[in-house]
This record gives sequence, C-alpha cells and structure tokens, in this order.
Amino acid sequence: MKLYDVLIIGGGPAGLGAALEAKRNGADSVLILERDRELGGILNQCIHNGFGLHTFQEELTGPEYAARFIDQVKAEKIPYLLNTMVLDISPEKVVTAMNREEGLFEISAKAIILAMGCRERSRGALNIPGYRPAGIFSAGTAQRLVNMEGYLPGREVVILGSGDIGLIMARRMTLEGAKVKVVAELLPYSGGLKRNIVQCLDDFGIPLKLSHTVVDIQGKDRVTGITLAKVGPDRKPVPGTEEFYSCDTLLLSCGLIPENELSRGMGIRMNPVTSGPLVNESLETSIEGVFACGNVLHVHDLVDFVSKEAASAGKRGAEYVLGKREKNEYSFSLQIRPKGGVRYTVPAVIRPAYMEEEQIIRFRVGDVYKNHYISLYANGKRLVHRKRPVMAPGEMEEVKLTRQQLFDCGADSEIIVTLEEE
Amino acid sequence: MEQRELICIGCPMGCMLQVTLSSGEVIEVTGNTCKRGDAYARKEVTNPTRILTSSVRVSGGELPVVSVKTRSDIPKGKITECMEALTEIEVTAPVEIGDVILENIAGTGVDMIATKSVSGV
Amino acid sequence: MKYDVLIIGAGVCGSAVARELSRYQWKVGVLEKEEDVCCGTSKANSGIVHAGFDAPAGSMMAKLNVEGNRMMPELSRELDVPFRQNGSLVLCFREEEREKLQALYERGQQNGVPDLRILEQEELRKLEPNVSAEAVAALYAPTGGIVCPFGLTIALAENACTNGVDFYFDKNVTKIEKTAEEEQGRFRVFAGEEVFTADYVVNAAGVYADVFHNMVCETKLHITPRRGAYCLLDKEAGDLVAHTVFQLPSIYGKGVLVTPTVHGNLLVGPTASDMEDKEGTNTTGAELSELSEKAARSVTRLPMNQVITSFAGLRAHEDGGEFVIGEAEEAKGFIDCAGIESPGLTSAPAIGKMVARLIVEQRKPREKEDFCPVRKGVLNPAALSKTERARLIQEQPAYGTIICRCESISEGEIIDAVTRPLGAKSLDGVKRRTRAGMGRCQSGFCSPKTMEIIAREKGLPLESVTKSGKGSEIIQGRNKDRLSKEEKK
Repeated sequence: MKLYDVLIIGGGPAGLGAALEAKRNGADSVLILERDRELGGILNQCIHNGFGLHTFQEELTGPEYAARFIDQVKAEKIPYLLNTMVLDISPEKVVTAMNREEGLFEISAKAIILAMGCRERSRGALNIPGYRPAGIFSAGTAQRLVNMEGYLPGREVVILGSGDIGLIMARRMTLEGAKVKVVAELLPYSGGLKRNIVQCLDDFGIPLKLSHTVVDIQGKDRVTGITLAKVGPDRKPVPGTEEFYSCDTLLLSCGLIPENELSRGMGIRMNPVTSGPLVNESLETSIEGVFACGNVLHVHDLVDFVSKEAASAGKRGAEYVLGKREKNEYSFSLQIRPKGGVRYTVPAVIRPAYMEEEQIIRFRVGDVYKNHYISLYANGKRLVHRKRPVMAPGEMEEVKLTRQQLFDCGADSEIIVTLEEE
Repeated sequence: MEQRELICIGCPMGCMLQVTLSSGEVIEVTGNTCKRGDAYARKEVTNPTRILTSSVRVSGGELPVVSVKTRSDIPKGKITECMEALTEIEVTAPVEIGDVILENIAGTGVDMIATKSVSGV
Repeated sequence: MKYDVLIIGAGVCGSAVARELSRYQWKVGVLEKEEDVCCGTSKANSGIVHAGFDAPAGSMMAKLNVEGNRMMPELSRELDVPFRQNGSLVLCFREEEREKLQALYERGQQNGVPDLRILEQEELRKLEPNVSAEAVAALYAPTGGIVCPFGLTIALAENACTNGVDFYFDKNVTKIEKTAEEEQGRFRVFAGEEVFTADYVVNAAGVYADVFHNMVCETKLHITPRRGAYCLLDKEAGDLVAHTVFQLPSIYGKGVLVTPTVHGNLLVGPTASDMEDKEGTNTTGAELSELSEKAARSVTRLPMNQVITSFAGLRAHEDGGEFVIGEAEEAKGFIDCAGIESPGLTSAPAIGKMVARLIVEQRKPREKEDFCPVRKGVLNPAALSKTERARLIQEQPAYGTIICRCESISEGEIIDAVTRPLGAKSLDGVKRRTRAGMGRCQSGFCSPKTMEIIAREKGLPLESVTKSGKGSEIIQGRNKDRLSKEEKK
C-alpha cells in the first residue's frame, strides 16, 4: 500500500489550496483525489465573474480562478488522480478509492485533508407538494447543463430560493434566451449577495418576492406551472395568497449542505449546525491528523475565503506530518461558545499552545442585524468589540483574535462570540 | 438636485451608495467604503457597464463548450446585442485561456475571450 | 397482431401473470400505456410483504396474501430481487383497544398466518427500542417482510420477456371489442393506430381496470383511486426501526406505517384520500403534514427533517373492497385482475399463478421445455468482495466510474440497466433499476451524466432523453437557440 504524507480528498478550490500549502510547507508527497473529469470542482461551472478580488486583487471568472490554482499545482508537480471516487476512509487513514484505470485500490496517508465540498438541498428535502414531473432542477444542476454542456433546461423559469446560485442562474438563463418569471424567497431577506440581486435580477427586471414559497407543482410529464404563496412569520403559507405562474421549469436554490458522508464514515465528530466536522484552531477534526477546509467544513459565500482557509489547513497538515507540533500534547483547550445571534464558529475549539499569532474565527449570524457589535469575551473580559452596519445570514462574518490577547487576559475557560447592540 | 440610491457591485460587501446629481452631473457620492464604490456610482448613473460572461460551443474538444467573457466591461445596454452576436459562434479546439473568441463584439471595441482552456481530442 | 393471451398493464400483477404464462408454448403479449414496466400503482406503494392478518377470513385477499407471502422467499431468490423478512408489528396505543388487537390476532390465525404473537410492553421495547412510549402492546408477525416493489415488478417482467412474452410500451388501449368470428380471436384490442387480437384478455390495468372491464361487460365495476402519500427518509434514519411498524386502526383513523426499506432508507406512509382523477399522483401540503403527525405516534424522535423525497401512489379500490379476479361472466376469455389494492404487491405472485391456472385449465397449452425461471438482476458491485470488485473493474472499466455518488452507482450498472431485456429508457427507468438518483441529493449530481449514458447507449441526441417517457424531456433546447435576430422577427 502506498503511503503519502498528505492526501487531499477533492480537487476543487479547497483541495487545490490545501495541496499547494502542504507542499510549500514541506510535505514531500502530496496526492489529490478528484471525482470529476477535471480539477477545479464547482468553479468550472461558475463561469460568471466576481472571484478573486481578495486573493488576486482582480475579478476573475470561476474557471480562471481555478486555472490560477491548477497552474500552481502543476508547477509544484503535485500529482492528482481524476475520475477517482473515494469510497471509504478508515480512522487509521487508509483510503479506499476507485477509478477505471486502477480499479479498486487502497492508499494510506500520514495526514488527510477533507475538501469534498457541498451539495444542494433537493426538492425532496424541501418537501414541496405537487406532482413530480421533469423540469425541476437544483440551480447547480441547471448551471452545469447550461454552462458546461450548452443545453437549456427550460424556457420559462421560476426560481425558488434567492441564494447566489439561484440569482446567478436567473441571469444566465435570461441571457441564453429563457424567460425567468420570478424569484421567490421563503425568508424576509435574500440569502444571496446584494450585488447579485442588482446585476442578476434588477438589471433584467426579474421580480424578487420575499416571504414567498412554492406550495404546488403542476404538470404530470413536464412542469406546466407552479403556485406561489406568501408565508407568515411562522414561514407557513398564508391561505388565500396563492398565485399561479405558468412555467416549464422550477429551479431550486435553497441552500447547500456540506458533503460529509466520508467524514461520518470515519467517525469524525460533527457540528449539527454546520453539518461539517467540529475543528480546532488547526482546522483539525476529532481524528488527529485529519483536517477539513472549504465547503465541507462550513458553507462559504466567497471562494477567496475558501482558499485562505484551505491554505491554513494545508500548512497545518504539513506541520503535523513533519512533527513540527508535538502530537497529543494537549495543554488545555478553550471551547468557543456562539451566543446571541451567532449560529456557530469555525473553529469550535482553540488550544492556545497551537495558535498562530493571529487566529481568524469565522461564523454566521441567524438573522439580519443592523448596527450591532461583534464581541468576543474570554475570562469575562471583552477582547473584541467591533461595529458592523449590517450583518445577514447570507454573509459570513469573521473576528480576529491574537495569541497575545488570550495570554494577557489569562484565559482558561471558554471564549464567547456574541452580537451586542452597544 | 437629484438623489439616487445604488448598491455597489464592486465587491461582495454591497455598500449602499447615495449619489447626488445636478443636471446630469455627479456632485457627490457617499456611503462607499472604497474608491471603487465612488467610481462605480459615477459610472452607474451616467454610463452603466457590465462584464458579460457566457459560453460558446467547441468542436473537436474534450469539452463540448468553452466559457467566455468580455475582456473589460461593456455598456449595459449592449448586453442583448452581444449575446446575439455569440449565437453563431463555434470555435475549434484547442482553445487556450485568454484566446480571443470574437473581436470587437457588437461594436463595443471589446473582445470576447476564453476563460478556460479546452484541449483537442 | 394475434395473441393467445393479451395482458393489459405491466404493473406487478400484469408482469406476474405474464411470467406464469411464459411457462407455456403460446403467444403472450403485454400492452402498457407508459414507457416502462412498473409505472403506476406498482411503483408507489409501501413495498411491504404483508403477513396476512388484515383481510377478512375466507376472502380472496386473505388467501392470496398468505399464499403470496409464502412464495416470496423463493421467488426473490429465483429472480434476484431484494427481499427481507424483517417481521411486522401492529401497535396498540390504548388498553381499551386490546380487543381489536386480539381480534386481529385471531383473524391472522384463521387466515393461516404462522407464528403470530401478542407482545407486551417489555418484549416490544426489547424488539424495537424506538417504538413510542404510548404503545401498550403489539401484534408481532415474524413472516411480515419488505421487498423492492420496482425490483419485483421489473424482475417478473424481464423474466417473462426472456421466456418469450412480447412487451409493448406507450400503447394506450382505447377500445376492446368482442369479435364475431372466433377464429380471429375472441377480442379485438385497439391501442392507438394498432389493433391486436386475442383469445384471452387479462385486465391488469390497476386504477383503469374498471374502464376496460366495463367495455365488455354489462355488470359494471367501479374503482376509486385512493391516493396514498409517502415520505422517504435518508439512510441515516434507516435503522430507526428494524420491523415494519403499523398502527392499529383507532379513533385517530387508519394510521400510517413506519418501515425500513430493503435499501436501508426509512419509509413513512401512506395517507388515504379518495379521488376521481386516475392520474392524480400529486402530494398536497395537508397530506404531508398529516404523515408527520401520524407517524410520530408510532416512533419516538422520528427525524422528519431527513426526508429526501415524498411521493404519492394510487391504490385501486374497488367498491366491494375485495380483489376481483376471474373470468367475466358476460365475456368469456376476459379475465379480470381488478381492485388490486393492498395487499396487492404481496399477493401478486399468487395472483399470477391463479390467473395462469384459470387459462391453462381451459386451453391446456404445452409446457416449454426451455423455460428458465432464473433471472439475474443488475450486478451490484457493492455486494462483491474487494478482490472481486477489483477484478470486475479490470474486466469492465465502466464499473470503475461512479456516476451516482449518493448511492455509489457505477457507469457499469447504468449501462447494464439500459441494455438488458426491457431495459431502462429514461432517468426514472434507470433509477428504478439501479437506484442512481434515488439518494440524498435526488439526482442533482448524476442526472446530467446518466442522461449522457442513456443517449450514448440508445444512440439518441441528449435532447430526447426523458425523465419518464414522452413529454418529460429534460432539456428544452440549446443555449441561445432563440436569440438570433431573424427568429425574433
């Protein structure tokens, strides 16, 4: 059985970024396993622009952003296997994978970085009533058909969910000749970025209906129409507000779910809020030497942040392999407790002994907050107090904490991240 | 004096911008966090522009289509015309990222370029 | 086209009859209005092999249920169909209703259901720890089981086809006439442009069986489509219960069942609403909430947030509430298989035998010497050892490419499903044969790839690949195909 220093599961932006930093930080043998026909992951179908402002200080399209990383991976001579499916990872870090050429094979690794990304919530998971005809697609499936295969999945479209993929697809399908009639959103605010509402909906006069949902799907063979209804504060449809839209297609853009089948199979502890692994300051999961980054850890809205997180995981993975940190040494650890509107934090635990000079804590809020402060407490002392004009569930927030700050306050119990009005 | 409110599309922050105009001339931009916001606001109220992205068919390639974009932004009002200009375009593999797919699309003076490489089969 | 026997409907009954008839030397045909077998009632039901204590003693339902249950273990081996005798429980929630539980037990005894027992609290909890705390006792039937309804129907049909039965799809029967001259066959069956003749017509048309019966008989049948909605839960919830858990009909209504499926999911359902529309397989918000409420009575901590899909099927309820099986008195040679509602799936193998016996006794055809009762299903590589699987991929590399991530289905399996006898033509056809697209992402990732494989194997353009037959094309055109200025003008 071949033994690698660092094995990367997934060749999307997270996997590519992690592989590069693992290699650059001294890991000798790094291997990327990718299930699709090419590296780059979901970026390949995100042909719109807007990627890379943070990383490259310019606006790139998804494939261009991916190409920048793929070129570096090739320059670093990091090997990768395409069309290769990982079937199982054991807690001892033995990976069972398969592809056409090599058949079923096992490889083992000193460190594993999980970078499998996420999937979309399906119609079934949303439990939308009605018939089950052709013409109901997740926005990402439609995106693949349009952008990578060149086919139009529909002519007259209604979109449920105002996540970024849904907004982007409203524009893409309009440009390619379809009529997008309306975008409906269950919540009273959009889950997508504001600029996408401007340039994907407003530019084309596509209405956005907040606090609305699909209550019926009609059509036995192909979708012939859907019924929208307004929802009340309890998010339940309000009788009498039904409105019929004739259409041949319903796109669903109702959230993303980290793909952690492999992680669960290994017995990794998960965070029920994110559906991703619980990780510490090193982005290490509950199994030593197994790290996670990108959308498999928690769903991001910007690929630039994925790359940054992945770089950190890659570096920590390499350090683990090279013995740069003492294994199992666990001086003490601080749980990070999300409170007052903060839904979760990544990481969930910080071991001050392993912290870098500066630690980024990423999180999402559960509602729209205006003119609130992000506060961080340790040992009862407020270490961070930063005002934000607007925070929304659709946009990831972050707070920075230095090692010095923790040492200065003599933190020894838990850290609290919370939102405050003043 | 005319007041207009915009959401900046310069980056994901989406700043709320207030633009003050007087007989078509921009007097003041507020609400922006950076210079890009100011520039965006001035352009958006006088000559709005966008980057256009799409894909075109590839023959003889390992992939059926290649993604493309305008090298720089084009007038917003030209988007439909540019899409129409792409309807008949089919390129032959190999295509390199950055290759010009269509010069001076719809008379905008801007080239349509490939945003991905597609090798031949 | 002239046939000795024509069967209308390629559901589980039609297919079971077809397979039994394929043992003999004669011409048998099946006319199906959909594009595939198993497209009606047979595809949307509980997938339960009932023990047989439900139906009234002495009824045809009771007899065929118990007989079908007895046949299932061997039949599933012969036809390579996923089947498991997981045992079933009927929960009693109130001491006052014990009498009803006892009555059910006694009815089961009369029907000949083996090994029935009434369990008290302690034993019930031991057997099924997640059962609701409200349950005071339960009827336990070890012979209750679960089967893959698609698997069973498709296997029966495939085996019939391999043994010489002709299957016609997209053949909607519009008219049946009794003929004057017997030598031409006793019936003329019109399906679109085509006319078939046959000496025997087997009416296995599910919710439409009354329509065909009434075409040739004065004594009318009336079938009410009784819609049942279901929710299918993620495999993560699949081991919540090990047995099929029913509820004793009570003041709260008939109740719903919670059961594991042979593929490891959890199934909850069905509701029951009578309707007129024979194609009304939609679900409603009210039905879906009713399901959650009712199912929560049986099992604690039922994770309804793990639903991966919901669907509805129509049970063919005849006014008499009994199977109508046999030769119509007013039309010799016209054999009804009508009113086949629950326990229809369980009874189907026995119905097949009963109907075949009826015709065979009249006609006395010669048995085929080369009849082959064995059918191999789509190869499941996950069931192989690592060494065997590695060898399989070496020999057939298509088994090395995973198409459906959620269910780990390889390209090899999809090609097998498309190219075998009565192979899949659509995404749903592939799904029913391989489970590709039936997992938690509900075909989000795999559908574009599965479409490509179908198109390639069938030599079709991608645009004509459908979800479930004509009219359900997935793709509506090509990018920019309506953008050109000329077309606009």
